Formats: sequence, structure tokens, C-alpha cells
Amino acid sequence: MRLEARAHESFWANCAAALAAVVFTLAICAVLIVWAKANVWSAYQAIFDGAFGSRFAITETLTRATPLIFTGLAAAIAFRARLFNIGAEGQLYAGAIAAVAISMWLTNEAGELLVSKWLVFPAMLIASALAGALLLLVPAWLKLKYRVDEVVTTLLLNFIALLFVSLLLDGAMKDATAMGWPQSPALHADLEFSKLIARARLHSGLLLAIALAVALALVIQFTRFGLYVRAVGANARAARFAGIQSTRTLLLVAALSGACAGLAGVSEVAGRTGYVTLDMSPGYGYSGIVIAMLAGLHPIGVVVAAIFVGAAIVGADAMSRAVNVPTYIADVIVAVTLLSILVAAFFAKMRVVWR
Amino acid sequence: MEYLALLADQELWVAVLRIATPLVFGTLGVLLCERAGVLNLGIEGIMVAGAFTGWLTVYAGGHLWLGVLIAAATGAALGALHALLVVRLPLSQHVAGLGITLFATSLSYFAYRVSFPKVDSPPKIDAFAPLTHLLIPILNEQTAMTVLAFACVPALWWLLYKTPLGLALRAAGESPQAVEAQGIDVVRLRIGAVIAGSALMGVAGAFLTLSAFNSFFFNMVNGRGWICIALIVFASWRPGKAMLGALLFAFFDAAQLRLQQTGGSALPYQIYLMLPYVLSIVALVLVARKATYPQELMQPYIKGQR
Repeated sequence: MRLEARAHESFWANCAAALAAVVFTLAICAVLIVWAKANVWSAYQAIFDGAFGSRFAITETLTRATPLIFTGLAAAIAFRARLFNIGAEGQLYAGAIAAVAISMWLTNEAGELLVSKWLVFPAMLIASALAGALLLLVPAWLKLKYRVDEVVTTLLLNFIALLFVSLLLDGAMKDATAMGWPQSPALHADLEFSKLIARARLHSGLLLAIALAVALALVIQFTRFGLYVRAVGANARAARFAGIQSTRTLLLVAALSGACAGLAGVSEVAGRTGYVTLDMSPGYGYSGIVIAMLAGLHPIGVVVAAIFVGAAIVGADAMSRAVNVPTYIADVIVAVTLLSILVAAFFAKMRVVWR
Repeated sequence: MEYLALLADQELWVAVLRIATPLVFGTLGVLLCERAGVLNLGIEGIMVAGAFTGWLTVYAGGHLWLGVLIAAATGAALGALHALLVVRLPLSQHVAGLGITLFATSLSYFAYRVSFPKVDSPPKIDAFAPLTHLLIPILNEQTAMTVLAFACVPALWWLLYKTPLGLALRAAGESPQAVEAQGIDVVRLRIGAVIAGSALMGVAGAFLTLSAFNSFFFNMVNGRGWICIALIVFASWRPGKAMLGALLFAFFDAAQLRLQQTGGSALPYQIYLMLPYVLSIVALVLVARKATYPQELMQPYIKGQR
């Protein structure tokens, strides 16, 4: 028996592969649910209801998906060019801190904005994007100039960034009214993202995220830069040979990817929390990588995958309250889905030859 | 003067060896995988899983060394899964590794919560005791696992550089076609290396629950696996240098803890905590240009293809 690449990608093979991966994941997790002494059917029912069962559930799922779309895009664009950015977590915090810093800097003693909010608001978004971009440009530059592996540096920078945020929350950006709890002063109310629906946490960060996904999809598909990104990712040496400036392309990709992750930070601060804390992201940066992979590195796919992962988290949360299965099952579902999709997609591209 | 007193402090060196132990196990594990040409980003999760199963074995009444063995077996099983994905099938080593980390971590946490649904403080075990009967200072405050870790260094060196298996293994990461030409199965060799390396990573995790602490808690691995991935570049994939790197990192980690206590409020404590990570990056920048990566690292080997 051996495997042979299919000449053409088969649509039905891809569908079958995705279906097989989902069934496999559900089966594995069913075993875990039985182990936790719960009824499999009611547990899955509780997950689904918790994620999509009511208006409130749907808004919670989308709220959870919003930062995941941003970090998923950050990973997708970087991985496309084979720049392995594992540092979206740190870049998210950099973006969040930059947003609050702009708000503090441009607010006077009386708590009024110094200039029109129509100027401060875009400045805040740009500052967050820049902060995230800078945090990834450093490892990208180290990779190009000194050949330092970016997987390692971006990972280590996550720890450094989080400690730096902790430093700021203890010092320059300490909220004096928070009774010693490490959190930043609140973002100015005029800078907050508007809510999309009454009596729900869903905010316009979701629209920004989807717009960004569409824009990135168009850029990758239809522009010269997009072609360069795909070429550098497919084969950097061949791309250089063809006259593509791979250094410039990689630096641009790094800036773009870091900016996406930075926007995740401002979206969380301005849309949900209102201030920066050290636990504002339960690993959104890392989940973004998983989401990008589930999406096959396609920006539109990222939106779908982020909603799936958001639903798993929100649903598992509700399920654990209802039937007492630990919430960690959400991460197991996501991990098993990732690994099985990876395998299934491979077999969709290959043909088994019995000989 | 203050700094000299710090260096003379015996407790510092005790802490250095203790902090270095899981890093030595982990880095040697990474070394085995990468020398054979396979990146294993599953290390962080494999350490969590090893820490959990090792601890659970002892908690359930097993002997401490049985706990270590079970942790190694857990690591080996996860390593086998990784090898299946990236050696048998040529899937992305980055993604599969991160997937394994997420899978192993979440499954361990899930299993812990299922087994201990309502505990306020983590259940404790009787951990490895220090080897007090040894008469060498500093060493007599370490446990047998630390000794085992440092004994693994020359053992691995001997395996890699003095045996035919070691030669084949190193060649599998440099020029798999040459290995195949000698009639050796590259795929099997790589799978074996990943399984063995992952077993070491499992033991690295077990050290945390069976020796450094006496219970299992969430986030206890806390990036140590990623540090090992950084250390191996710094060590240019050599066992001796890997140990040196682990000791160096442990030294800065131990020193920053003490400086935090003695240095007073001159600098915020976060600066000290950042120090080991910043220095790791600096060290990588210094060595990266000269770093001789295994030539075929991350390249899947498919028989009959070049």
C-alpha cells in the first residue's frame, strides 16, 4: 500500500475529510464525557444550547469569537509566508496597553479628552496596531539579520510582554482606585466600541474583525503583495530567484500580522473589559494559531473557525455548569479537531494505491 | 560586594541545580528529536502530562520510581502520536507539535478535574527526599532525579557519538538518503528518536511533581518546555552544551529570585523575572549565526523522493 498525490483536489474528498474529523472528535470527547460520569447526549446538547441555544448564547459566542478572529488572522497571514509567529499573545497585550496609554495621554485632569474623539479614536486603533506590529518586527528582523529562529523568540517575547504589562500595571499605569488589584485605569468612555445589540456584550469589534478578514482575503488573492506572500511561503529561495524581495515581504507580513494581534488587544479593551488586566486573555494568542490551521490559513475560514472555537468555549462553560463535566473539555475538543483535521486534509489530498 | 556574597551563598547553587534539572531532561529530549530531524513543539504539553501521570501514580500508592516510569511512558505515547503525524505522514511539524501541546495539556487538566472535582488545596504526596547521606555539600540537598538528569548527559553523549545507532541517528537529521543507502530504515529511526526524546520530556515534567514540589497544579510547567526549545539552539545540539545552557539559565533564574529578595525595591520585581527570558534571546542572537542546524530539521523524509 502506498500514497499518491491526487492530480486534482477533490471537493467531495475535502468534505468527507472534514466530516470524518468532526465525527472522530465527537467520538473521542464522548469517551471523556462518559468518564466524567455524564450522559453523552445531554452533554453535547448542553454544549450546543450553551453556544447557540438562545439570543444571549449566540451573542456570547460571537463576543468570544471576536478576539479569536483577530489573532487567527495574525497567525494565518504570518504562516502563509512561513513566518511562524507564536507571539500573538504578547502582541495582543501590547495592543491593549497602547490603547489605554493613548487614552490616558490624551485625557486631562478633569477626565475630558484633549482633542476630538474623532481624532483620538483612530489614533488609538493605529497605536494598538503599531504596538503589536513592533513587537513582531523585532523577532522578524532578528530572523532576517541574525537567522534567529522566530518560533523561539516570539514565544519568549510573550513572557517578556506579559511581565512588562505587569510592570506597568504596578507603576506608570496603575489604577489608584482599584484597591491594589493590578489593573490599568479605565479607557475613556468616548473611546469604547459601541454595543451591537441591547443587553448583550457583543460589540462592534466583531464588525472590525470581519472587515479585516475580508480585506486580508482580497489582499492575498488579488494584489501583487499577496502574490509575493504566497510565493515566499511556498518557496522562499525560488521567490528570491524570481526577483521577489523576500526581506521586504517578510517585514511587511510581520507588521501586518502583529497589527492584527494588536487590534485584538484594543478590541478587547474598548469592546469588553474597559481596562487592561493580566488575565484579560486566556490564551487567545495561542488559540489563534489553532484557528488559523483549522481555517487552512484562509482569512474567511478564520472567521468560521473562530466562531467554532468560541462556541466550544462558551458551550463547554455552560455544559460544565449543567452536567458537571470540567470546562477543559473545550480545549480537548479544539485540540482533537485540529489534529484530526490535519490528518483528514492530508488524506483528502492523497490517494491510497493498493499494490 | 553584595553580588559576591550572593555567589558564595550555598543555597543559590542548590537552587541552580534544582531549577536546571527539568531543563536538562527536557533539552536532552529536544536534542534527541531534533538530531533525528524532527521538531517537537509538543514538549510543553508532554511535560504537563508527565507531571500529571507521574504524580497520579504515586498518589494512587505507586512507588516514586514507578511514577517516573509512568511519566516516561506517557511522554513516549505522546511522542509516538507526534511521530505518527509528522514522520509517518509528512504533516507540518510546527502545527502537529502545538496541537500535541494543547491536547496533552487540556487532557491532563481535564483528567485532574475529573479525578479531583472538589479540592481546595492540591492533594500532596511524599516526594523524593534529598540524598542527605551523600557527603558532598550542595549535592546532598538534591534528589536522585537530579543525579539521574546529570547522568543522562554523558550517557546521551556516548550514545550519539560512540555507537553505530548514534551515528545513524545523527545522520538521519543531516542526510537521510545516506542512512537509507546503508540499509537503515530512516522512518523507524526517527520514530524511535521522537519516542525516546518525548519520554525524557515526560520525566522532565515528573520532576516538578515528584521532586521539586509534591503536588500537581495548573500552569506548573509555565513555559519551561519552550525554554528547552530555545536552549537547544544555544547548545548547538550537543549534550554537554545543553547541560551548560540549562545550568546558565537556572543560574540567572536562581540569581534573579535572590536579587529580588536582597536587592530590595531598587528595581521592580518584574525586571528580575524578565531577565532570564531577555538573556535567552540575547544568547540566541549571539550564537544563531554560527548555529549549525541539523540540515534536514523539519524536512519530512519520504522514501524514494529527494
